[in-house]
Amino acid sequence: MSPDLLKLIFGRLGIDSLPLHEPILVGTFVMVALGGITLFAGVTYFRLWGYLWREWFTTVDHKRIGIMYMILGIVMLLRGFADALMMRAQQALAFGGSDGFLPSHHYDQVFTAHGVIMIFFVAMPFVTGLMNYVVPLQIGARDVSFPFLNNFSFWMTVGGAVLVMASLFIGEFARTGWLAYPPLSNIGYSPDVGVDYYIWALQVAGVGTTLSGINLICTIVKLRCPGMTMMRMPVFTWTSLCTNILIVASFPVLTVVLALLSLDRYVGTNFFTNDFGGSPMMYVNLIWIWGHPEVYILVLPAFGVFSEVTSTFSGKRLFGYTSMVYATVVITILSYLVWLHHFFTMGSGASVNSFFGITTMIISIPTGAKMFNWLFTMYRGRIRFELPMLWTIAFMLTFVLGGMTGVLLAVPPADFVLHNSLFLIAHFHNVIIGGVVFGAFAGINYWFPKAFGFKLDPFWGKMSFWFWVTGFYMAFMPLYVLGLMGVTRRLRVFDDPSLQIWFVIAAIGAVFVFIGILSMLMQFAVSFLKREQLKDVTGDPWDARTLEWATSSPPPDYNFAFTPVVHDNDAWWDMKKRGYQRPLTGFKPIHMPSSTGTGIILAGLATAMGFGLIWYIWWLAAVSFIAMLAVGIGHTFNYHRDFDIPAEDVIRAEDARTKLLAGAK
Amino acid sequence: MSGLLRRSYPLAPQRKPISKARPVSRLKILALLPLAVALSGCNYVVLAPAGDIAAQQRDLVIISTVLMLLIVVPVMALTVLFAWRYRQSNTSARYEPEWDHSTKLELVIWSAPLLIIICLGALTWMGTHLLDPYRTLGRIKAEHAVDQSKAPLEVDVVALDWKWLFIYPDYGIATVNDLAAPVDRPINFRITASSVMNSFYIPALAGQIYAMPGMETKLHAVVNHTGTYRGFSANYSGAGFSGMHFNFQGLDDKGFDAWVASAKSAGGSLGRADYLQLEKPSENEPVRRYGTVDSDLYRLILNMCVETGKMCQSEMMAIDSKGGAGHEGLNNTLPLAYDKYARRGTAFGPEPTFVAGTCTPDAPQGKTTASITAPLDTAPLTGAGLKRPTFAPLKSSSFFLGLRPKSDS
Repeated sequence: MSPDLLKLIFGRLGIDSLPLHEPILVGTFVMVALGGITLFAGVTYFRLWGYLWREWFTTVDHKRIGIMYMILGIVMLLRGFADALMMRAQQALAFGGSDGFLPSHHYDQVFTAHGVIMIFFVAMPFVTGLMNYVVPLQIGARDVSFPFLNNFSFWMTVGGAVLVMASLFIGEFARTGWLAYPPLSNIGYSPDVGVDYYIWALQVAGVGTTLSGINLICTIVKLRCPGMTMMRMPVFTWTSLCTNILIVASFPVLTVVLALLSLDRYVGTNFFTNDFGGSPMMYVNLIWIWGHPEVYILVLPAFGVFSEVTSTFSGKRLFGYTSMVYATVVITILSYLVWLHHFFTMGSGASVNSFFGITTMIISIPTGAKMFNWLFTMYRGRIRFELPMLWTIAFMLTFVLGGMTGVLLAVPPADFVLHNSLFLIAHFHNVIIGGVVFGAFAGINYWFPKAFGFKLDPFWGKMSFWFWVTGFYMAFMPLYVLGLMGVTRRLRVFDDPSLQIWFVIAAIGAVFVFIGILSMLMQFAVSFLKREQLKDVTGDPWDARTLEWATSSPPPDYNFAFTPVVHDNDAWWDMKKRGYQRPLTGFKPIHMPSSTGTGIILAGLATAMGFGLIWYIWWLAAVSFIAMLAVGIGHTFNYHRDFDIPAEDVIRAEDARTKLLAGAK
Repeated sequence: MSGLLRRSYPLAPQRKPISKARPVSRLKILALLPLAVALSGCNYVVLAPAGDIAAQQRDLVIISTVLMLLIVVPVMALTVLFAWRYRQSNTSARYEPEWDHSTKLELVIWSAPLLIIICLGALTWMGTHLLDPYRTLGRIKAEHAVDQSKAPLEVDVVALDWKWLFIYPDYGIATVNDLAAPVDRPINFRITASSVMNSFYIPALAGQIYAMPGMETKLHAVVNHTGTYRGFSANYSGAGFSGMHFNFQGLDDKGFDAWVASAKSAGGSLGRADYLQLEKPSENEPVRRYGTVDSDLYRLILNMCVETGKMCQSEMMAIDSKGGAGHEGLNNTLPLAYDKYARRGTAFGPEPTFVAGTCTPDAPQGKTTASITAPLDTAPLTGAGLKRPTFAPLKSSSFFLGLRPKSDS
């Protein structure tokens, strides 16, 4: 075939785009391919495709979508953590003239991918998954406001993840650092597909995140059950509301800034170039106007989880509910006023730097108030050290350290000596692992029995906990030390031999964390095998306080046979206290949304379009775009959007629960 | 005590202990006590720098940390205490499941962090202004004012892919990956980059500042102790980033003169054409010295017009500020043939071009004139002499765009 024709069909994609010369990647590909084939064959053999398609892929049930988000987060955690292990190994080995085992072409992709994956495809799915699962149950709703949109949002997030994963074996990922600062990320200095993968992965996933944010705001604002005023909402719902407001207000900025960057890269505009009046600093400003709220997007729901967990396992009302809510709202607002602290060292004037330094410090006041509120919730409580509570205590001890180093970095002159150093790396891992990841694990251990009807195995849970916590400290305390030695981030080789010992300790810490992750997978497997022993039939295994524990575990499709009525915050605790009797008669048909395959199809087309744009396969991009429009319009003619669960089915389900509850007593 | 600490850093052997203990150093000692044990033998350059600016930044790091520990330590202790005391098995502890509010406690938990942040905020406001890298130096070290009769050392810094170019305009020499300065003489750095963002950082000397193409940043610093220190880029800039480091030598006056002389005698000259060769990407570059350097080179690099025939940014801005060249200006471009990696060009965009220079020999040139001058004062940083912060409306355009106001003098 002529080169022109090949170019027309395959764009930039050629046989040399496959990284056949990189043994690590080929090895990984073989492993992934074998795993994939096994999984595919297994699903086919057990004839599960139909089940998966009907019950999971096309579902609009917020609970199943929430679970799928968590699975996505765990799968991507494995990939992101593999990157982390490679970085730690490289930095521990590349001393004394050794070049390590990763060439810069590969290493630079690894640290970029690690950051992108961990933030966008691990932390975000964890947070969104928890919110998706828990919020409608906590507010006594039957689903989110826009169930189809929810399904679509999830698959768009998956689409972004698929593009990032594809870059591993087809072409390459960005070599720019996780925020892809121009001019480095612009076409002049990154002409390859890496940055295009970055852009389109985030654009596709970003659509999902934004829509999911809109969806959850509507849900929380409009679908609360009778009696649940704003100031009676559980704190997790409050933090979810604030997080989703942040999402809706900040993700469009990311979308726009990436769109401008792609205009620079595709049509030769000069928004962020050095020449023709372009301003790379504008990109840095814009991306952090999204980037700083993003930090709070991640951590606020984690704060919510800790609030629920502390209150439940201390057997006590949350101390200072009102101030907790106000603290959350204050953090939400202030998170928009601090973005410049990410680049004090770019030559802003002293007054500008002081302003943003001080606003940053002010955020520590409501955060500190929250910390005290958890503390005084424990005070005069009866604390049960179940797994969620263990993660919470680890969070409290770890997060104050991270908060402290964060405030330190907010002092501009201190930042001048610590910016971009490993001290900074240690700081944000300290708050993201200590806050968001510990929060997600507390949430998983806390709500798992709600989702599956059996608790998670405590032995493997504790294994995971201790390995994670000790591993975290071993991996990141040395980085604080290295930062004080003036070691900067993203270095591939070192020549000062006195640093090596610290990198070796950090690498061992990373191995500990790895064991922690494996223990967690083991915990899931063991718990599944021991599910009869760990079974919970009451629906309320922790003697908890909020509405999600009022229904069965797992909850029926419709969540609540009758919409609950709320008289107090800690609604379920209040119901239990007042001797609530489950209604046993009078069930009516329940109106529910229908499953639809449109979400996954649209997201698949969007992903294909992204792939086409990345590789300059213009026909593919055009065809998938037109197909997306067609499917989208076609979906508006779908009149089978809802159905009624017949009263008999509700009666059957509720009677079964009545029997179970009777058996439990 | 401070003497003991200092001794554990091999790079700063000649420092004399400060005789009078100032409040600042007492706090410092407190914070460093546990560290001193752990740190001996290692080079904690951020905590034991050789330059006055970095030392003051270190002081701020330590004071802020101590301030925050005032609240962090009690919180951590209370967490452990409450977790232990109110464990389920301890039935003798009080249990009040309905207790969820106390106005007094709420006042405390909001005001305690608030007080700390007020102190820290005041410290930040002062420290940020006094240690502004754009501000000239008032002292060369504690209790030594700057000697006005000695001119500061001017150094122009250019971050290239992936090496550092240092131009000494007063001496007419240039070096690659080799920087030296005489001890106790203020250094004025002007910093830019050729292609992508880097950050110019010598931890022993002073905090970092970004080096950005087409833009100039400044740094004022002084080195107080002879020795060899490490400098590098602190912002990832591409494949050769790891090798983008250099040695910074603090030399006595004689040593510095010898260093300059050796650079002079190294011969070699750095003109525009040589520069265009030099700026092409290369990794792990050895030290290079040029005995003569084109005196206009730094300005050309900053204005991105080292290539002949390309219009300098300063000219472009001067023309634009007078209303621009109108529609005709659109035609004043030439196809771009040269680039650092490959010919720039996008899938759908027009062929890459650059703006052609105008033919006037005395093209208008932009100059950064604003500077902030510190008073001559040996006193510790108390904020004396610093203008009181006002809440008067800021002049909108100068607030963000770096037309820096002359604040204190």
